[in-house]
Amino acid sequence: MSATAPTTTDLRADARIPLRGHLRHTGALVRRNLLWIRQDPESMFDAVLFPIVFTLLFVYVFGGSIGQSLGGGQEAYVQYIVPGLMAMMGMNMAQGVGTGFNQDFNTGVMDRFRSLPIGRGSVLFAKISVEMMRMLIATAILMVVGVLVGFDITDWPGLFAAVGLSAVFGSALMWIFLTLGVVMKNAQSVQAMGFLVLMPLQFGSSIFAPTRSMPGWLESFTEYNPLSALADAARGLMVGGPVAHDLWMTLAWSVGITAVMAPVAIHKFRTKS
Amino acid sequence: MRGLVKHYGATKALDGVDLDVREGTVMGVLGPNGAGKTTLVRILSTLLAPTAGHATVAGYDVVRQPRQLRRVIGLTGQYASVDEKLPGWENLYLIGRLLDLSRKEARARADELLERFSLTEAARRPAATYSGGMRRRLDLAASMIGHPAVLYLDEPTTGLDPRTRNEVWEEVKRLVGEGVTVLLTTQYMEEAEQLASELTVVDRGKVIASGGIEELKAKVGGRTLRIRPADPGQLRPLAGALDELGITGLATTTVDTERGAVLVPVLSDEQLTAVVGAVTARGITLSSLTTELPSLDEVFLSLTGHRASAPRDAAPAETREEVAV
Repeated sequence: MSATAPTTTDLRADARIPLRGHLRHTGALVRRNLLWIRQDPESMFDAVLFPIVFTLLFVYVFGGSIGQSLGGGQEAYVQYIVPGLMAMMGMNMAQGVGTGFNQDFNTGVMDRFRSLPIGRGSVLFAKISVEMMRMLIATAILMVVGVLVGFDITDWPGLFAAVGLSAVFGSALMWIFLTLGVVMKNAQSVQAMGFLVLMPLQFGSSIFAPTRSMPGWLESFTEYNPLSALADAARGLMVGGPVAHDLWMTLAWSVGITAVMAPVAIHKFRTKS
Repeated sequence: MRGLVKHYGATKALDGVDLDVREGTVMGVLGPNGAGKTTLVRILSTLLAPTAGHATVAGYDVVRQPRQLRRVIGLTGQYASVDEKLPGWENLYLIGRLLDLSRKEARARADELLERFSLTEAARRPAATYSGGMRRRLDLAASMIGHPAVLYLDEPTTGLDPRTRNEVWEEVKRLVGEGVTVLLTTQYMEEAEQLASELTVVDRGKVIASGGIEELKAKVGGRTLRIRPADPGQLRPLAGALDELGITGLATTTVDTERGAVLVPVLSDEQLTAVVGAVTARGITLSSLTTELPSLDEVFLSLTGHRASAPRDAAPAETREEVAV
């Protein structure tokens, strides 16, 4: 970052903002993002509907047949898919942060913020906080729907650990979406791009179905797919089974993605003109 | 501000711009699209770093002291940068908080500014429902929250209808009356004349003329009188009468038969009065008499000998003020 000279030198050399200032700014911006939701309640639809629609769809459409291959029926599949969907929550959060940022750039609001004496991180942290909140609401709805269709919560600490893990992985993915959000022209493209990248990753993983029956090449792809690791780790945490390997894999991926993409995102953000 | 340069790859958006603005005055920066006006504002408001050169605003260096500088500037962008999803009041409250006002202060300031910019009734409505003029006023209010010493207005009336444009002008004049230093960019000579005391004309990233507004106006040939006799048959006699006056501005008297009007360039109020006197003396009935300010194109033509370099935008070919009918 420091190699790109003039644009970034300004960020270090001047008067520091006290922590309280940062908190006040972030708080004011969180309020702004919450007001968005109040103004436009439909923006909560995805958070609310996603867990309901996906759970019902997968359990009732595919549940019977996939459940058989799990050596059970629909009930067996419920235990399989709910942790899988849990793993997807973090991704939605990441995508939300990216699209929201893109809108701010396009409407000139970001220019306004950048001409104010605030840390640029405040805008980001505020957005993350609100998206985290959305994610927790979606997760809560997922669990309610899950229990209604027969999911057994056997391990509460494991459940919370799975939520946390999904958030950690989501935060790593967020840097990718932030980069897209800064680089791409409009929010629709960010969403479309996100969809293009995530779709094959999601379905080419162990989120929705066990990978054993997949062709060899796909199975090896799923094996290295971080989403498989995340889904399997969530499964292990929530319903029991091996956890350690997948957990470490997920954390390693999260650290790796962050290490590569966070500097890129921050650089793009700072040099955006 | 000295020798400001901004390159985008091979494109020189600013190519060594010098500018001095006296405290408490309005500096107009006039130029066509692509002249570098917005780049200039973005550098001076710390949104963009210059490739070379340096600038000091209110005593702060734009590159080395951006955070201090951000406390004393207000920015009203070309595209009103208010959060459309938020109500007007919330927009102002948010910025108050970001400028470190206490909750109470931010609330009071938001109320005060809404009142002052006649937006109190729309305070609770999302800015998306505002008209163009209201949005621009909210944008101005947002720029004023921190009591800025320097205000940047980047084409504040581009895209507004004439009535709304006048509203914005009135607001700007009030702000100037309170001692705010303003840097105004515009594509319209009329806007510069209304608001600015000094003018810098830029083209292709370079300053091509600067000075007092009256001085520059004289340089570019003042105004053009467009006189239309009620009876088109009087066009020739009218032109003849005006020729006899022997007024020679930058151009000569011409007859626009298509629109039934005579065009007379005048440099001074005395000349204008003389023209009116001559018309009255001949007993010619007029249907209209308008003065036209030189258009941006004419300004460029007379200052540089070439047309404005990027005339793709719909800058009005002429701005006019009615003086008599």
